[in-house]
Amino acid sequence: MSQPLLEVKNLRVEFPTRRGTLLALDDVSFDIAPGEVLGVVGESGAGKSLTGAAIIGLLEPPGRIAAGEIRLEGQRIDNLPYETMRAIRGRRIGAIFQDPLTSLNPLYTVGRQLIETIRTHLPLNESQARERAIRLLQDTGIPAAEARIDQYPHQFSGGMRQRVVIALALAAEPKLIVADEPTTALDVSIQAQIIALLKRVCREHGAAVMLVTHDMGVIAETCDRVAVMYAGRIAEIGPVGDVIHRPSHPYTIGLMGSIPAMDEDRERLLQIDGAMPRLNAIPTGCAFNPRCPQVFERCRRERPDLLDAGATRAACWRVEQPMTRAA
Amino acid sequence: MTSALMEVKDLAKTFEVSAPWLNRVIERKPRQFVHAVDGISFTIERGKTLALVGESGCGKSTVARLLVGLYGPTRGTVRFDGQDTRTTLASGAARALHRRMQMIFQDPYASLNPRWKVLDIVGEPLREHGLAADGPELKRRVGELLQSVGLAAADAEKFPHQFSGGQRQRISIARALATQPEFLVCDEPTSALDVSVQAQVLNIMKDLQRKQGLTYLFISHNLAVVRHVADQVGVMYLGRLVELADKATLFATPRHPYTRMLLDAIPDIHMSGRSRTPVQGEVPNPLNPPSGCSFHPRCPHANERCRSERPAQLSFKGVLVACHAVQEGRI
Repeated sequence: MSQPLLEVKNLRVEFPTRRGTLLALDDVSFDIAPGEVLGVVGESGAGKSLTGAAIIGLLEPPGRIAAGEIRLEGQRIDNLPYETMRAIRGRRIGAIFQDPLTSLNPLYTVGRQLIETIRTHLPLNESQARERAIRLLQDTGIPAAEARIDQYPHQFSGGMRQRVVIALALAAEPKLIVADEPTTALDVSIQAQIIALLKRVCREHGAAVMLVTHDMGVIAETCDRVAVMYAGRIAEIGPVGDVIHRPSHPYTIGLMGSIPAMDEDRERLLQIDGAMPRLNAIPTGCAFNPRCPQVFERCRRERPDLLDAGATRAACWRVEQPMTRAA
Repeated sequence: MTSALMEVKDLAKTFEVSAPWLNRVIERKPRQFVHAVDGISFTIERGKTLALVGESGCGKSTVARLLVGLYGPTRGTVRFDGQDTRTTLASGAARALHRRMQMIFQDPYASLNPRWKVLDIVGEPLREHGLAADGPELKRRVGELLQSVGLAAADAEKFPHQFSGGQRQRISIARALATQPEFLVCDEPTSALDVSVQAQVLNIMKDLQRKQGLTYLFISHNLAVVRHVADQVGVMYLGRLVELADKATLFATPRHPYTRMLLDAIPDIHMSGRSRTPVQGEVPNPLNPPSGCSFHPRCPHANERCRSERPAQLSFKGVLVACHAVQEGRI
């Protein structure tokens, strides 16, 4: 098997506060293969965006990586000095954020921002960079790119702005793109366009994607594999079809059941009672144990690692005991 | 037909968005208006749920505000239980009307006063409408209301910041239920919530409807949620109602091209790997809507008539649909 593009091993992110240290990510490990699309899904506060931020080296202080390592093509990138990381960010890892209005500078034309990014990372002169910028805008489906390149972000609509942001992320042909909720701020009809675009351009440019979202529908449409996060840990990870159709972790089962479906009628939705624990009150053992319908004694005591559960891997003691496993 | 609780006829709301007077004079700019809601009609039967769906800026929240009287209509009428709300609101009976219809807002972080205890938040409508005397009676009623939405009576002593988003939305529901209304307008009540919490809130809303016979106007952009809660669905586009149908009919046989497009745009989690044909184009600027049918620039079936003539909302096989192509049998 070839070397993974990105390896995250036992990543632990802490936020030291006056009232003690909050453990925001705890022992998170996963790989992304070249060209693969990995979805990271979870509810607010599960740590999915933080995982993305740790990878691109943009954790907001006082947050810090306390343990574990992140490797990009075999090279450690979690302990690099700021300036070295800056050169990697954009060149080898591109980023797309949720709100396209705040990730573009309102005072510069779209072209200037693209050309700046291209020239920072690639050895091109101004006119070559401009040509490349126009080609990128055309690639991302912006009509009349030659004219629109000299416009300001406010002259673009939400969907068009997100296309510009995607062009910007692809500017230096990075191997990996971290996309944090790229479609959440958009309307459904635009969302569909952007997902299709993201899939197409990443395939064409050979970039792997880490797609962070809370929308299972987006994950199902886009990803090869998916990691479900809960309270700063990975609850389940595996091929997207298996996680969606045959989830093993009780949290994944509950999460899937709580999504209103388009093709079946249920009077009530399956609901997970309670709420995700706060970071200062994560229960011992399995973090999901107070809400879990299948909890047993060991769950309260010992924290499960990711265990093999058929096609997926789930952090649940139940998968060790197949006779009681939920259907 | 007699059981209609809410009857809306040709409702319209126009907002003026002109430049200031001096700019208009110096720069010779004309006055500008946005037709946020442009002549829509529907009825909601007692105990049923009508859902309005559409993308941002289509006017669905404006409809919600028109119905509860937060905005006055530019044109058209809203009849609640047989009475024109405009005349009722102008008369002495306005309080009684307010008691019978309440509203739940989208953002539970913005709709609760952070400096008030839950007791005051939920108790305010009781106090305001004289439904409970201050003191133990108010406390008891608030406790009951909180329990009806799955919170504890003791939560009345807490402040909003001590609750999660889903719990806050339950507090807003408890507040809306305080006056024992018949009609609830829910403006994107679960859009700010996570899916598992959304499921909790939707279940509570359905339980309450069953127990108390509530009538809902449910506004959402999420078709899957709408399919779960609604009896009837209205699809809005640029201030107009393009299709109004029973839930089952709408989802089984969508008529209007925009409805079809919306349904096609939903990522379907059970068809992993299926690729959809994304719709082209975006919602036009409402300040300068296209002529004729406002959907025609994005519509694959548009012809000359669609570009010039605005389609009327006509009945077609039991469905109200505003589309020339459907009426002419072209699609």
